[in-house]
Amino acid sequence: MVELIVDGHRMTVPPGQQLLAACLAEGIYIPHLCHLEEAPRPAAACRLCFVEIAGVPAPQPACTIRVASALKVRTDTPAVRRLQRMALRLLLSAHHIDCRRCHANRACALQSIARFLKVGLHPKPLMAIARPDEVDRHHPFIDHYPRRCVLCGRCVRTCRNGNDHPQFSFTGRGIDTVVRHYASNLALDKRCSECRRCVAACPVGALQWRREGAGASESVD
Amino acid sequence: MLMEMGLDREEIAALATIRSELKEIPAQRRYLIPLLQRVQQALSYLPQAAIQLVAQHLHLSPSEVYGVATFYNQFRFTPPGRHPVRVCMGTACHVKGGDIILEHFERKLEIKEGETTPDREFSIERVACVGCCALAPVALMGDALHGHMMTGKVEGLILRVQIEKEKARREMGDRDER
Repeated sequence: MVELIVDGHRMTVPPGQQLLAACLAEGIYIPHLCHLEEAPRPAAACRLCFVEIAGVPAPQPACTIRVASALKVRTDTPAVRRLQRMALRLLLSAHHIDCRRCHANRACALQSIARFLKVGLHPKPLMAIARPDEVDRHHPFIDHYPRRCVLCGRCVRTCRNGNDHPQFSFTGRGIDTVVRHYASNLALDKRCSECRRCVAACPVGALQWRREGAGASESVD
Repeated sequence: MLMEMGLDREEIAALATIRSELKEIPAQRRYLIPLLQRVQQALSYLPQAAIQLVAQHLHLSPSEVYGVATFYNQFRFTPPGRHPVRVCMGTACHVKGGDIILEHFERKLEIKEGETTPDREFSIERVACVGCCALAPVALMGDALHGHMMTGKVEGLILRVQIEKEKARREMGDRDER
C-alpha cells in the first residue's frame, strides 16, 4: 500500500491506483468531465482535474497519475484553480447555454463544476463558438445536440468499452470536430436499443434517447 | 438498393470490383486507410455504401471508419462535379480577394465549398496555391486556369459550361430526329 496526503488528508491506496479515482473514492472532489472509471487509459481531454504534487514543478491532470510511491498532493492551489477556470471557460465558450430548455438542467456537470469553481456560465472575455444548430438525428434512436457537446469523448469510449466498436465517433478535425453516428446497420442498432450507456455517460445532455425514453421531465421543450 | 443510395451504374460496378478484391486484404485495422484510398481512387469519393463495405470487411463500425476518413483532407464524401471549380486560397490570391471569388461561386451555384450541385455538373473546392500567383486571384474550372478573376467572370464561366451542355444536348436531339 502507498500513502497519500491530499490536502492534509492522509490515506492509503493500492499501488498503481489512479490518483483521481483515489481522491474521488475518499470524498475529495476534483472537477472532472472526461473521467471514465472503467476505461483502460485516461483520455485527459477535459483538462479540469489538475492537482499540484509536491516535488513536481507544474500542476498535473490527476487522471494521468498512477500512484507508485508516497505523494503529497494539493487540489486547491491558485495555479490549479487558474488552469481549471480557464479550461472551464473555454469549454463554456463552445457550449450553447440554454439551461432552461435542456433536459440535463440541474444534472449537468458543467453547471456543478462552474458553481464549484465560481465561474459564470457566460465566459465574458471569450468569444462564443457556435457549432451547428440543428439536432443531429443520424442515429436511429439517439439525438445528438452538437451545440451542447463538450467533446469529452465519454460516449465514444463507453461504447468502445461495451460494444468494441463505437457507434459514435469523433468526425472532422480541429475546431470542426463533432461527435457523430454514421451509417446504421441492423445488428449494431439492435444493441443500441438495449444498451443506452452512452446517453447515461454524457455529462452535459448532448445525447438524448429519442423514443419513449423522452418522458415529460426530460423532454426538450 | 445501391441505386437508391444515389450511386450510378459505373459506381456500382466499381464497388463490385472492390468487393472482389477485398478477399486478398487481411481484416486488420492497419489496412483501413489504404482501403479507403483504393475506394476513392476507383469512385473518386467515398459513398456511404463503400464505407459500410470497408467497415464490414475490417470488423469496424461505420462510424469508426467515417471518423478516420473525415480526419484526412484527401478523402471526400460527395462526388466531384464534371466541372470541378477550384478556387485558390493561397497567400497572393487571399490578398487579392480570393474569398470573394469563392463566395461568388458558392452563391451562383447554390452550394457550399466541398459540395456538388444536385445534377453533379459543378463542385467547389478551395485549394492552396496553383503556382501562378502573378495572375491572382486564380480559379480553375476543370483543368482550365482562369487568372485575374473578378466576380463578373464567375457567372460567365458557369454560363459557358451550361451553354456547351445545352448545345451538345440539342445536337444529340437533332441527330436522333433525323
